[in-house]
Amino acid sequence: MSNRYARIGVQVVLLALVYGIVWALINAGVIDDYIQATMATICINIILAVSLNLITGFTGQFSLGHAGFMAIGAYTTALVTMEYPTTWGFLGGVFLGAILAAIVGFLIGLPTLRLRGDYLAIATLGMAEIIRILLLNFDFTNGAAGLSGIPSFVGWTWLFVFTVGTIVLISNFLHSSHGRASISIREDEIAAESVGINATRAKTLAFTVGAFFGAIAGGLYASYFYFIKPDLFGFLKSIDILVIVVLGGLGSLTGSIIAAILLALLQTFLQPFPELRMIIYSLALVMIMIFRPQGLMGSRELNLASLTRLTRRGRAAEGAS
Amino acid sequence: MQELIQQLINGLSLGSIYALIALGYTMVYGIIQLINFAHGDVYMVGAYVGYFCMARAHLGFFTSLVIAMLVCTVLGVVIERVAYKPLRNSTRIAVLITAIGVSLLLEYGMMFFVGPEVRAYPPMPGFMEASYNIGGVIIRAQQLLIIGISLILMIGLQYIVRRTKVGKAMRAVSQDADAARLMGINVDNTISLTFALGSALAGAAGVLVGVYYNSIDPLMGILPGLKAFVAAVLGGIGLIPGALIGGYVIGAVETLVAGYGFSMYKDAVVFAILIAVLMVKPTGLLGKNVREKV
Repeated sequence: MSNRYARIGVQVVLLALVYGIVWALINAGVIDDYIQATMATICINIILAVSLNLITGFTGQFSLGHAGFMAIGAYTTALVTMEYPTTWGFLGGVFLGAILAAIVGFLIGLPTLRLRGDYLAIATLGMAEIIRILLLNFDFTNGAAGLSGIPSFVGWTWLFVFTVGTIVLISNFLHSSHGRASISIREDEIAAESVGINATRAKTLAFTVGAFFGAIAGGLYASYFYFIKPDLFGFLKSIDILVIVVLGGLGSLTGSIIAAILLALLQTFLQPFPELRMIIYSLALVMIMIFRPQGLMGSRELNLASLTRLTRRGRAAEGAS
Repeated sequence: MQELIQQLINGLSLGSIYALIALGYTMVYGIIQLINFAHGDVYMVGAYVGYFCMARAHLGFFTSLVIAMLVCTVLGVVIERVAYKPLRNSTRIAVLITAIGVSLLLEYGMMFFVGPEVRAYPPMPGFMEASYNIGGVIIRAQQLLIIGISLILMIGLQYIVRRTKVGKAMRAVSQDADAARLMGINVDNTISLTFALGSALAGAAGVLVGVYYNSIDPLMGILPGLKAFVAAVLGGIGLIPGALIGGYVIGAVETLVAGYGFSMYKDAVVFAILIAVLMVKPTGLLGKNVREKV
């Protein structure tokens, strides 16, 4: 048991170090606005990818509408903070958006998750399109022009808190009995049901939790980039998130984190060639799927335990030779 | 009443186009259970081939239509052989992501070669500009042509699937690929043939859409592709008659919603129908509920 507390202690110290170093670098002016914006994109993509991984990677349900939940979070946060431009308004907006998205996710998930197959993928695709079209046509969302001048409350601190919070909560969810039920459904739904797991309930729970965190990412996006429009949350955005998850490895949280960072770096390097950017991106996608369909990490995790195991194995190999 | 009939006729011509695209979706899904996201972009390529045949090479409409169908057939088979075939045994989500990658590649590859601007289709020959007024309802020759060509293609498809040996092979593979292989059917060739047929229909739909809306652009395949997919699900995915019914229903609903002044919401209504169908009868209008045996 003390081993476990020691591990948590090491993790907390490491996280505090990362936070402190970046904070110091920002204050020292080493990290400029451009790098900060890239970091914000990475953090938001990590939240999106980790929450979608819970649905697609761990529970095994295709969802093609994660951008729809992001849109709900972004617009709710934007509208609430424009009305109440305080930190509490911002937090309230983020959580209101997340709860709204969770309700929508529950309503979509409950009827379609009773079924096996691709029905959730199709339904979420339709849902995200409906949300986008409604946002285009409502008056209070200002149509295709979108909302601009959203008060910005998100800095490095909030990004860090929300990103780490999301990862910790989802990882704890996965290690709880609910998470184990989700994973067993991915492996074999019929077998899971036969040992008494209520498959519909577990799937809906995972989907609702995923929707909740997807909306939080949307809220952070709206507050950090202070401009949102419906086209940002189209079909292509949902695909972008799915690509991060699959590239990192279905069922690997650390894989999602690594892939989110790698893809953001790739996008930055391709920035000077806008007309070739999407061509290279799509070619890379097809190539990776043909040559490494399980993604970078497969379903393995990169954490302290696996690192110590690696070094131990390295030492053992040295000793043997 | 007149207004309603007019809208229904408009819906019929739009629905024919959706049905042509939906057929490709549904055949591919029926045979390898893949939502082929690149299908909408094959249709876009068809529209561009038709454009270049007519505007640059000054070929006739029917010649251009046939050339577009041939080019799309080859494209469909190449996509299947290069991108999907190596993944025959991997997870379905890997194939799905590949399909999305191919779709993006076609869109942005096309944008790279022809530029992102919207192009107007060349003027049509005189016989297509005629229109007939029957009791206050205006029917354009163009619409008759679209409906006629779609019907001929659909009858052709039905003939191939129902009456020929390769059609029998297609039906066999879609029921049980392993059993079909044991009976001496070349499964890989049959799957390629399915892609060829579906892509040819999409190519024809591309040219017809160019004629109908008179404008094409490299991203034109996304939304009609999604809507044709909705049509396929509505009718019952994997079923050829289902795709036809779904296509016509979606076409009619869309023109009716637009015709009665809610054109901004027409796409939302289509997707709302999709969700309603999934909640009430997820296997689609014609689908049967198949129980999974353990």
